[in-house]
Parts: sequence; structure tokens; C-alpha cells
Amino acid sequence: MSSPNLDRFGVPGWLQALPFGLVFLAFFIVPLILVVIVSFWDYNDYEMLPAFITRSYTESFEGCLTSLPDLCTIFRTYLSTAKFCLIVWALTLVIGFTVAYYLAFYIRSTTMQMVLFLVCTIPFWTSNVIRMISWIPLLGRNGLVNQALIGAHVINQPLEWLLYSPFSVALAFVHLFAFFMVAPIFNSMMRIDRRLIEAAYDAGATGWQMLTNVIIPLSKPGIAIGSIFVVTIVMGDFITFGVMGGEQIASAGKAIETRLNALQFPPAAANAVILLGATMLIIAVMNRIVDIRKEL
Amino acid sequence: MNEGRSPAFYALTAFFMLFVLFLYGPTIVIFILSFQGPTGGLTFPLSGVSVHWFEKLWAGGGLVDIGGAFRRSLALGLVITILTVLLSLLAGLAFRKRFPGSDLLFYVTVASLIVPSIVTSLGIALEFRLIDDLVKNYAPSWIADGFQTSMGNFTSGLGAHLTWTLPFGLLVMFAIFNRFDGRFEEAARDLGATPWQSLRYVVLPIILPSLVGVGLFGFTLSWDEIARSSQVMGEHNTLPMELQGLTTSVTTPEIYALGTATTGVSFAVIAVALFSIGALRARQARHGSDAGKA
Repeated sequence: MSSPNLDRFGVPGWLQALPFGLVFLAFFIVPLILVVIVSFWDYNDYEMLPAFITRSYTESFEGCLTSLPDLCTIFRTYLSTAKFCLIVWALTLVIGFTVAYYLAFYIRSTTMQMVLFLVCTIPFWTSNVIRMISWIPLLGRNGLVNQALIGAHVINQPLEWLLYSPFSVALAFVHLFAFFMVAPIFNSMMRIDRRLIEAAYDAGATGWQMLTNVIIPLSKPGIAIGSIFVVTIVMGDFITFGVMGGEQIASAGKAIETRLNALQFPPAAANAVILLGATMLIIAVMNRIVDIRKEL
Repeated sequence: MNEGRSPAFYALTAFFMLFVLFLYGPTIVIFILSFQGPTGGLTFPLSGVSVHWFEKLWAGGGLVDIGGAFRRSLALGLVITILTVLLSLLAGLAFRKRFPGSDLLFYVTVASLIVPSIVTSLGIALEFRLIDDLVKNYAPSWIADGFQTSMGNFTSGLGAHLTWTLPFGLLVMFAIFNRFDGRFEEAARDLGATPWQSLRYVVLPIILPSLVGVGLFGFTLSWDEIARSSQVMGEHNTLPMELQGLTTSVTTPEIYALGTATTGVSFAVIAVALFSIGALRARQARHGSDAGKA
């Protein structure tokens, strides 16, 4: 996409990119460095004290060795968060892929394609918290689902696990973030050369063979990008876990929030570094499956 | 597979319709429930239809300073929109050329999307707390006296929102310039246009509808942002943050009224943006130019 013949035309590129770059230097790079530095600081009840100690880390992992084979709090929290990641990832992948596949290959007119894609996009532009609380009248104790099930004599007592439960957390994640799968996979599919499909068809491929041998491999970049989005969002989330879990379900992101509410910045920073490490590890593993850089 | 409507088509259509119902159903439910009668509760049945809860919301009684939060979010959203369009456009233009550090800047931008929001928020909060400490301890007394904090909606808050809106802005710019036919610019230059003229009279008019889209991302992402805002807004919370706080404390349909109002603003902004994009496209077409069709 770079046009070499524009290189010496007009304002130099670095100057144009400078304001953009400075924003990320001031509000992203420096803050991240500070998080790492402060994670090694000491603290007391009301302030953080510059130092170089590993207190925040040792406290975070406290009892992890002695309590073996039982898992300590932090490992349990990360294991539980990872479980949510896996469930939400699998669901959004199946839903996102199916929707993108439908839009890309079964809708004939481009206008219709764009309209339907927009229909999927619009909720993404509205408030996440509103979309979370909008499940309350459906899933609550006296909500529509329970009313309907009791009315149909399927159950006698209202189901308690519908709201403020792991179920509602996972449901809200899928509801909120399926778009992050639909968009990149749709984008990848739209780039597939239609002649490849024709060729496969002419060579006698069934619909299923076409899907598994042509479309899925060529959609891999979109799948990878969507997967990274969804997994990192769930890993770092504390709002969905808080609102939909009734503040009762632990997560890696909530562990940081709890420390912050107590104004314990160094332990919060240490937890942030651990979270960052865990997230990077997951991305590195995914990157081994698909070379994201090459595919962009 | 493109000939005739296969059974797969109908199955997938049904799936897609269920997905759309899943996306919009809950929002429609709280839209209906926000018109709950004065004696109604958080769930069905509706006990009458009224605008009682909207009136209560408007009067401001009971809830925290929603009006103030609304105005703050709106003001911040507008500033973010302008900055997102401007900075993304400049960066988008920059990335069409080669410049030192372009790879690094790209990775940093993508990393900003991927690093968990709470980590970024914490980092910015630490940064501003340290700045506060420095000012209080080392600044000359005419600054340090009476100094409270450098943290606020339009300092740390603005920065935090930009780390979220700008990556989307840049990705949209990439999509725009990927489809942009550079020959228009070359033609302009061959005809003796200065770089500024070529930008002002050739590039900008062609990409203007898409820039509205960048602005739409900027506003809506800022309008709904919580995770990054959580630690950096200082003493004044934005609307979605207040809303999140209310989810645990409010047990009347007033919260649905607030939800309907917020979603209404989002929809209004989306509608205005989509309408502008459509109008600008139509204007381009009317003027007989084949710009953007390449």
C-alpha cells in the first residue's frame, strides 16, 4: 500500500505520524514502563514507596508452593479465567464463523451484504453495560425465561443459575464480543478469490469439502485476529465479570481491580505484569499456529 | 454453490436471524420496560405504560449527578472524535510513505488494542500520580500551592480514551487507503498541484465519507468506554462509569430509562453518521466523478 513515488512528496511521513506516536508514547509506552517499575516498589497503608523489592510478587504467589497439590488463589483465579476464555472463544468462533460465512458466501448483492454486516456492527457501537443489564429482565429470578419455563411446567422453582452466575458471564461475553470474531473473519472471507471457489466447484468438491479445504484455510488470518481479540478481552476483563457475576466471580482482571480499590498500587502493578505475561504467552502460542504478521 | 437456494442457505439464514435476535432482543426488552408504569418493577409484566421513569431520570432525583456525567461524556466524546479523525488521518497519510519507526508504531498501536484495558488504565493513573507528587514536592510554590491533581477528564481521561479510539481509527484509515487509487494524486501532482492542494482538493473529498466513519468509531468508543476510564477520570466520572456503579444499587426501571436514553444517543450518532456518509456518497456520484469507485 505504500506508494514509493509519494515518498518525497509533501510533508515527511515521520512528521505526520508524530502526534499519533506521541499520544502512544505518553499514554501507553510510559504508563506500561511505570507499571513494571512500580510493581517492584514497596507500599504501606496510604502511599507507595520507591524501592526495589519483590514483595508484591511474593505476596501475590503466597502459599503457592506450600499448598501444593492444591492450587493457591492466584492459580485458581487464572485457571478459572482461562476456562472462561476457552468457552467464550469456542462459542464466538463457531457463531462468528457461521455468520461471516453466511454473509460472505450466501448473500449475493453487495448492498445487502453491507446492510446485514452493519446490522451486526451497530450493537458494537452501543454501551456494553446497557447490553449487560438488558439481560436482567430476561434471566432474573422472575425474568422472562423463568416465567416461560414455569408457565410450561418444565420447572417448578425458578432457576437460580441464570443470572449472576458463570452462565450469565459467559453469555454476556458472547453477546458483547461475537462481533470481534465476525468482523475479521468476514474481512478475510471477502478477500478470498472467488475463482478458487469456482475451481473447487468445477473439480467436484462438495460444499463441505469446499469449506474445509478452501474457505477455512484461507480464513485463518481473520480467525487468528478475532481469537486474539476475544481471548485478550476475556483475560483482562473485570466489568463483565463484575456486573454479570454479581461481583462474586474471581478473574485475573478483577484481581487487579480489587487491589486498586484498596489503593495498593504496587500489588496491582505486579498483578498487571502477571496478567500481561499470561496474555503474551497466549498470543505467542496463537502466533505459532498462524503467523499473524505475515497474514496482515 | 451460488446457483439456486440450497437447504444450507435456509439453515444459515435461520441461524443468522437467531443471531440478530440474540444481539437486539435484550435491548428491545429494556426499551419496552423503560416505559414501565410507576408501580412496575424490573421485569414483566408491564403495569401500565408511562414515561414516569424518564421524568424521574430527567428530574435527577435519586440517582447521582447523571446530568453532569452526561454532559462530561458528551464533551469528552466530541473532543475525542475530532482528535481521532485528525490524528488517524495524519498517521494514515504517513503510513502510505516509508518513515523510520513505522513498523514500531504499527506494533505499538496494535499492542494498545491487545494489552488489557485495566493495565493501561493503571499505568496512566500511576503516571499522573507521580506527576502530582513531583509538582507538590518540587514545583515553585506559586504552582504547588493549591495544586490538587493533574488527573482529569481532559488530561489523563483524554489520553486513556485516545489509546482506545486511535488504533481503530488507524485500522479504518488502512482500509480506506488500501482501496484508494493513488493515480488521482499522481494526476494532481502532474498537473502542478502542491502537496497541500492535492490533499485538500483530491484526497480529502474522496475519503471524506470514510472519515465520518472514523469519527463515528471515535465518538461511540469513547461514549461507552469504562475499563480504561476506571482509574484515570479523577473526581468526575463519565456516564458509563456512573451507569456501571448504578447496576448494583438501583432496583427500579429508572436504570432502564437511563439505558434507553444512552442507547438513544448512540443510535442518533450512528444515524447521523450513516446519513452523512450516504449524503456525501450521493453528492460524489451526482457530481459525475468516478472518485472512490476505483
